[in-house]
Formats: sequence, structure tokens, C-alpha cells
Amino acid sequence: MLNLLQIELYKIYKRPRTYIAFAAITAIVLIFQFAFKSDGQSYMNLMLQNVQDNFELDKSKAINGYFMCYIILNTLLVQVPILVALIAGDAISGEANMGTLRLLVTKPFSRTQLIVVKFLASFLFTIILLLWMAILALFVSLLIFGTDDLLIFRVKGEESQILQITQDDVIWRYFAAFGYAAIALTVIASLGILLSVFAENSIGPIVATVCIVLFFTIVSNINVPIIDKNIKPWLFTSYLVGWKGFFYIGVDADGQPIKGSIENWLAIRNSLYILIGHIGLFIGIAIYSFRKKDILS
Amino acid sequence: MRKKTTYILSLFIIVQQFTHAQNINILVANTKSKIEQVKDYTALGKMKTNVAFLKLPIANVKVYFKNPNKFKLKSEKGVSFVPKGSMNINLNSIFTENNFTIIDAGSEKIDNIPVRVAKLLPNDDNNDLVLTTLYIDPVRLLILKSKTTTKESGTYELKMNYNKYATYSLPDKILFSFNTKDYKLPKGITFDFDDGTTNSSTPKTEKYKKGEIEILFSNYEINKGISDDIFK
Repeated sequence: MLNLLQIELYKIYKRPRTYIAFAAITAIVLIFQFAFKSDGQSYMNLMLQNVQDNFELDKSKAINGYFMCYIILNTLLVQVPILVALIAGDAISGEANMGTLRLLVTKPFSRTQLIVVKFLASFLFTIILLLWMAILALFVSLLIFGTDDLLIFRVKGEESQILQITQDDVIWRYFAAFGYAAIALTVIASLGILLSVFAENSIGPIVATVCIVLFFTIVSNINVPIIDKNIKPWLFTSYLVGWKGFFYIGVDADGQPIKGSIENWLAIRNSLYILIGHIGLFIGIAIYSFRKKDILS
Repeated sequence: MRKKTTYILSLFIIVQQFTHAQNINILVANTKSKIEQVKDYTALGKMKTNVAFLKLPIANVKVYFKNPNKFKLKSEKGVSFVPKGSMNINLNSIFTENNFTIIDAGSEKIDNIPVRVAKLLPNDDNNDLVLTTLYIDPVRLLILKSKTTTKESGTYELKMNYNKYATYSLPDKILFSFNTKDYKLPKGITFDFDDGTTNSSTPKTEKYKKGEIEILFSNYEINKGISDDIFK
């Protein structure tokens, strides 16, 4: 099975479209870093709004490497599912399209093993993609912008808040957030593999995965109470941004942040369970369907 | 005889009112002189911000003052939100303007300490300052509380607690209160994670809220000379 995994990884490595994801992430991150280095103060003015009427803030200190990484992740983790879909959506359907699927299933591996290996390969691709993001968005930003306390701008219910996390309390949150993001993106990979089982060419499952993610994400962010209450909890995309929960620092009765704390760990844990449940569900259906599938190509 | 008594009584009241008024002028002048004995100082402080929408840790700050009105509050480490009216934390700023009329507003008690209330009205109509009310401890010649109303920045209130540095009129603790506008980010631009918790403690209609800054001072260094470069 390890051999099969190596072969799958080699296929991903050889495929030019694999590098589209890395190139896109590199370009987006570099543009963000350039834009904030040139004129990050305008963004800060937008976020601070009338806070500046009462308070002075050294914005150059506030725009630091940690803040940059948060802003980049905030934008990129909405787009990265599309990049993951490019690989996962091609997993089975790509073989069918090239006419190699029939040959593949004649090899001494079960169909379950084949799906599991395809899933593991997509998972590893997702991890490597996230590592690349971490290197560029976090470590390169730290080199360019330096370190300082992290400011988080947040809308909580009807109120907006600014949370300050001291710099010695930030890095573990990023490790936790990247770990969470890996699980969240694996849901997309699983969905891509599931849809890939039913198609004979790559375009269909890739586009279908992207459309489902986009549609669910838009619905998740409509911010209409009836949707928030009745539909949002049922969409897996509502939990993709759960990584942010690690940056919602807990506060004491006086409103002072408690170092090393998370405001609502239970919500993050439940979101993780839901995401892991989705991975199991999608892969389970994919295995079941693939085992029953009449392979003609 | 009756007419004479009325005349003496009226004269007594006028004289007493004049003396009282003169007393408040002297009291303010003496308090000012006591404050002015400090030509410069630096102090370390722990600043606690209590504003509904700001969740900030206690900041280590350093304050610098140089006569007559140079004042700076700097964070020792990290990102810090420094209140714009922080100049008012400095008591000397109250007396920067000499041209004001003092009105005796009677006596009150602050934390069971009897204080005299003096209202300072600037004579210059173009002054940003509209009114300053001082609550002065007449025994120790210390300002325990001040309320400042400005045209541009609203009303500030300052409460002081004195201990080790009372002889220099320098407080060990100050509580700086001010009005702050509501902070509202448009929904959707932050893509927040809805963890099911909401804040419903504050009424939605309240546009202006009270903010408080508490600073505990320590390590005063008084009249040791400070470079002007610090205030640039």
C-alpha cells in the first residue's frame, strides 16, 4: 500500500496543475505583503474607524508579521479549497479520463485501498500546501514586518471587538490554527474524491466541488437570522473558519485577555468533530460507491 | 436700631462672600504652586484599559513630563492604545492657561475627605477648554478630582489617589474617564467564526459609552532633568 501511495504522490508531483496551487498562493501572499508594506495604514484606518477619535495607536507596530499572517489566512483559506479541489477532484476521474482506471483496479489492491491511498495522497498534498502557506504567510511575514502583539478585529453577535494578544502568546495559536485548517481542507479533498468517483473526466468533479464550496460559503456568510439559525449549522463550510477560534482569546470579568486561553474551546472541538465526521462520511460513500461501480473505462 | 442691624448684617455677608471668594483664589494658587514645584518627572505605570469593545492586556507604560506642559505616555513594550486626552492625565496641563476666572462652587466630600470645589472658566472665548472643575483637598493642597469639558474632545474626568509622592502632588493612582463612540465593523468583512456566543450586555441604542483608563504609578524620578527629544 505504501508503494501505491508513493506512486500516487509521484503522479501528483509530475502533474503541472499541482504547481498552479503553489504559484497562486505565492503570488497572492507576495502581493499582500507588498500592499501592506506600502500602505498598510489605510487598511488599519478602515478597521479602526472611530476608535481613532479616542485613541492613538502606533499602526506600524500593529502591522507586524503575526497580523499579516492572520490577514492572509483570512483571505486565502476561503480560496484554498478551490486549489485543493484541483487535485482531489482529479483523483479517480483523471484515471478514468486517461483510460488507466480499469488497469489500476486489476492490480492486486482492493478498491477500498485504492480510495484510501487516493485520499492519503490528497491529504498529504493539502498538508504540503499549508506548510508552504505557513512558510510564506507566517515566517516570511515575520521576516519582513517583525514581531509584536497581534490585534484581532472581530464581530461578535451585535458588537465589534478589538482583541489584543501579546506576542509571546501567539505562535502556538498559529500551529493550532494550521492544524485545524489541515482538517478543514481535508473535508474539501474528501468531497473532491467522492465526486470524482462518479465522473469520467476531471473537469466535472473539480467544478462541482468548487461550486458546492462557493455556494455553501456564500450561504454561510449571508448573515440573515433565519439562515444563521436554520441552515448555517448544517453547512460544513460554516466550520471551515473555525481556526479563528484559536485567536478569540478568553477575557476575565474586567475584560482583560487571559494569556494562553481560548474563549470557546467547546465550539472549536465540536466544529472539529463535525469536520472529521464529514471526512468519514464523504470517504465512506466514496468507498461504497467505488466498490459498486461498474468500471468501463 | 433695626435699620442699623440690617446694615451691619448685609455688610457682614458681603465681606464674608468676598473673603470666601478670595480663599478659593488663594487655595487654587497654593495648589498650583505645589504642583509647579515639580519641574520634570518620569514614572513607570501599569495601564488598565476598560472600554467595552477593547480587550487589551494591562500595559506597562512610562510617562514623561517637563515643565511647563510637555507630556508623553509611552508603552514600554507591545502595541498600545494611548488615550488621546492623555495630556489631561497630567495635572500641570490644567494650569497651562493662566487667564481664567475662578468660581467657588462650595464644598463636597470625596471618599469621606472634605474638598473645596473650584470652577475654572477661561477668559478667552476661543480657548478649546470650556470649563474645568477642581475638587481640592484644602488641608493637603491636592486635587483629588477634576472634570474638564472641551469643545473638541468632550468631557474628561480624572480621579487621583495620593500616597508616597503626595508632597509633590504626584498621584500613585489615577482613573481617567472619557466618552467613547460605539465601534461597529460591517458584518461580513471579517469572516468570523460563529462560536455561538453573543454579547447582549450593552444596549444597542447607546451610541456613546464610558471608557476608563486606570494607571498605577511607581518609580517616580522627580526633578532629575529630561531631554526634549523624548517629546518629539
